[in-house]
Amino acid sequence: MLVGRDRRARRALPLCWLALLFVMFLAAVISASANPIIIGSKKFTESYVLGEIAKRTLNDAVIPAEHRQGMGGTIILWQALQGGQIDAYPEYTGTIAQEILKTNRQLSLNEIGDALARFGVGMTKPLGFNNTYALVMRRSEAQRLGLRTISDLRKHPELKIGLTHEFLDRQDGWRPLRERYGLPQRNVIGIDHALGYAALANGSIDVKDAYSTDAKIAENDLVTLEDDLGFFPKYEAVFLFRLSMRPDAIAALRRLEGTLDEKRMIRLNLEAERTKNYTRAANLYFEDGAKSTDTMGESFPQKLARWTLRHLQLAGFSLLLSVLFGIPLGILASRGGPIGQSILGFASVVQTIPSLALLALLVPLPFFGISVRTAITALFLYGLLPIVRNTASGLQDIPRSLRESAIALGLSPIIRLWQIYLPMASRSILSGIKTSAVINIGTATLAALIGAGGLGEPILSGLNLNDHVTILEGAIPAALLALLVQWLFDLLDRVLIPKGLRI
Amino acid sequence: MSALVKLADVSKRYAGAQALHSTNLSIERGKTTLLIGPSGCGKSTLLRLMIGLIAPDSGTIAFNDLTITPTNIDSLRRRIGYVIQEGGLFPHLTARANVLLMARYLGKSQEEMQSRLMELCELTRFSDTLLSRYPVELSGGQRQRVSLMRALMLSPELLLLDEPLGALDPLVRASLQKDLKEIFARLQQTVLFVTHDLGEAIYFGDEIVLMNEGRIVQKGSASDLREKPAEPFVSEFINAQRGVVLT
Ligand SMILES: Nc1ncnc2c1ncn2[C@@H]1O[C@H](COP(=O)(O)OP(=O)(O)O)[C@@H](O)[C@H]1O
Ligand SMILES: [Mg+2]
Repeated sequence: MLVGRDRRARRALPLCWLALLFVMFLAAVISASANPIIIGSKKFTESYVLGEIAKRTLNDAVIPAEHRQGMGGTIILWQALQGGQIDAYPEYTGTIAQEILKTNRQLSLNEIGDALARFGVGMTKPLGFNNTYALVMRRSEAQRLGLRTISDLRKHPELKIGLTHEFLDRQDGWRPLRERYGLPQRNVIGIDHALGYAALANGSIDVKDAYSTDAKIAENDLVTLEDDLGFFPKYEAVFLFRLSMRPDAIAALRRLEGTLDEKRMIRLNLEAERTKNYTRAANLYFEDGAKSTDTMGESFPQKLARWTLRHLQLAGFSLLLSVLFGIPLGILASRGGPIGQSILGFASVVQTIPSLALLALLVPLPFFGISVRTAITALFLYGLLPIVRNTASGLQDIPRSLRESAIALGLSPIIRLWQIYLPMASRSILSGIKTSAVINIGTATLAALIGAGGLGEPILSGLNLNDHVTILEGAIPAALLALLVQWLFDLLDRVLIPKGLRI
Repeated sequence: MSALVKLADVSKRYAGAQALHSTNLSIERGKTTLLIGPSGCGKSTLLRLMIGLIAPDSGTIAFNDLTITPTNIDSLRRRIGYVIQEGGLFPHLTARANVLLMARYLGKSQEEMQSRLMELCELTRFSDTLLSRYPVELSGGQRQRVSLMRALMLSPELLLLDEPLGALDPLVRASLQKDLKEIFARLQQTVLFVTHDLGEAIYFGDEIVLMNEGRIVQKGSASDLREKPAEPFVSEFINAQRGVVLT
């Protein structure tokens, strides 16, 4: 008996395996035929992060989901949603009202929901943060002046305001805001968004516009001024989804409602921008345990490297321009006459303008403004005189007998200049370039004033915070850099000045 | 024998004074013409006009019957060698580079330049071991030999020498005078040689041109000047330098 049963069992075993394989095959076929939910996102960091969060939420609920990152702008995503290419994407209530429903009226959430339902689209409740325009300030400054709301700005007409050009131009931007709040500030300039943060950091402006969840707010230790009159429209983040989407998927998305406040979103954005890894940023949302904020800052060597690199870029690029323009101008100037006189005159006049004033004079000009190119232009102009003057005097100091010998040989003017005159003037020209370089290294610290960065950055923020250590963090490297440059040029002398002139 | 250089009614005025009054002069081929006269009489001016460093106010200068113009001057310069008192060597170039400068510019071959250079070293008695030195590393006499090599590099038809030995001490000067005379004879070189020293003029001169205050006073052999002075200045000039001539 036992034996017989045993034999049957042995025969049954392969059958069991077959059945198991069949079930697995079926399961695979079924799960493959169950189309994954497609999440779309717009082309900016926050949208990427929200898309990733939605995907993981669905996956956690064992719902297959894919994320199509950065598909485009509102219209593209809205059409993809309606066309069924995507099932859900993150959107903002203000955008839905203005760009999808095309109304300037502030709509209630219910009104929006009803309007969307007619397109077969559903909307979650707000996720918990409002990504609208906001005015931001340095935390220290806001505390010092006791500023908390936009209305508080009325008491401080002296504050300098730097706004993105978009915000300056927008219908719902600066002009109506100023009227609404009766803001008295006259010192308002247009600044690039990223540079504006630098300008804010170094105190060249006091107030700027931002998105309320911008990662830079935390990064730069800024505070948002409360929109106490409710001027800015609400841009509350929600998910839009096709009403025909799997109910369990809709339920999963709805679990995100009210779970993401501004602070948390800022932190996720910061992580995403820092690492460029959106999945990792999204995972932070699920980890819950907040990371300590001090990892946000760079280490001192990193900062020092960044400042120094920028400093060298500023000084180096402007020096290059000074050389490229200074030597030809010096050659022209060496010929004397009204042109030569005016070139030397111009270069001398530029040199007499205090560097701070030169920056201040350039900033209001259309092409310049608060930018790196303004800093480079100012440094370039400063570096011009030593090079022009030394080139001119080096050439003029060539004895007439030698000039005439070169001519009498029958060398063409260009060869004379290139092979005879310039090499003979090389010592003088190089010493002009050296002077220029050392001046530029020093003056480049002022570039931080207009948000151009460099070693002036710690000096300036140190001055603002009355913090001597921070000042020295910029001042010492700048001084060392100047010495290093001087030493390098002394080496360069040996390479570039012909041997016959050094004996 | 036709003249290599012909000046016709050439004059030059500087802001201050008439450096050269209207002047006619022919430089004969194969001869050494000595230009002599007191300092400031216009000798250098005459040379500088010939090599186009300055343009005449009036008149024409013809080289090989070709009138010098701004367009042809550079090609003519390559057929004229020019040596000045201080040598005019470029301090940032070695002796070799100074000598070869123009040949390199004209794209001459390396072998051609090298053999010409050796020829010139031999001709001017310049040790080829010194070729890699810079002008500051050479003595005054050596510098003038290099300068002469540079002027002769392209085998010029005319050699203009503006007081080439003026800054040298007497011993060096004497040996260079001897060498130069040999060189001119060997090359059958047409030379216009400026000096303010009558002794030097007599030593070199097939033909002596005496100038005074921007004018050519007399042209002829040393004995012509001595025996048939064109005006009292000629005798005066010769007498003033007599002591030098006799020693
Ligand atoms: N570039 C110049 N500008 C003004 N005057 C000059 C210039 N060159 C020469 N002269 C004047 O022209 C005259 C002739 O000079 P130059 O030909 O050099 O005399 P030298 O016979 O000594 O070589 C002198 O009076 C001199 O002062
Ligand atoms: Mg002279």
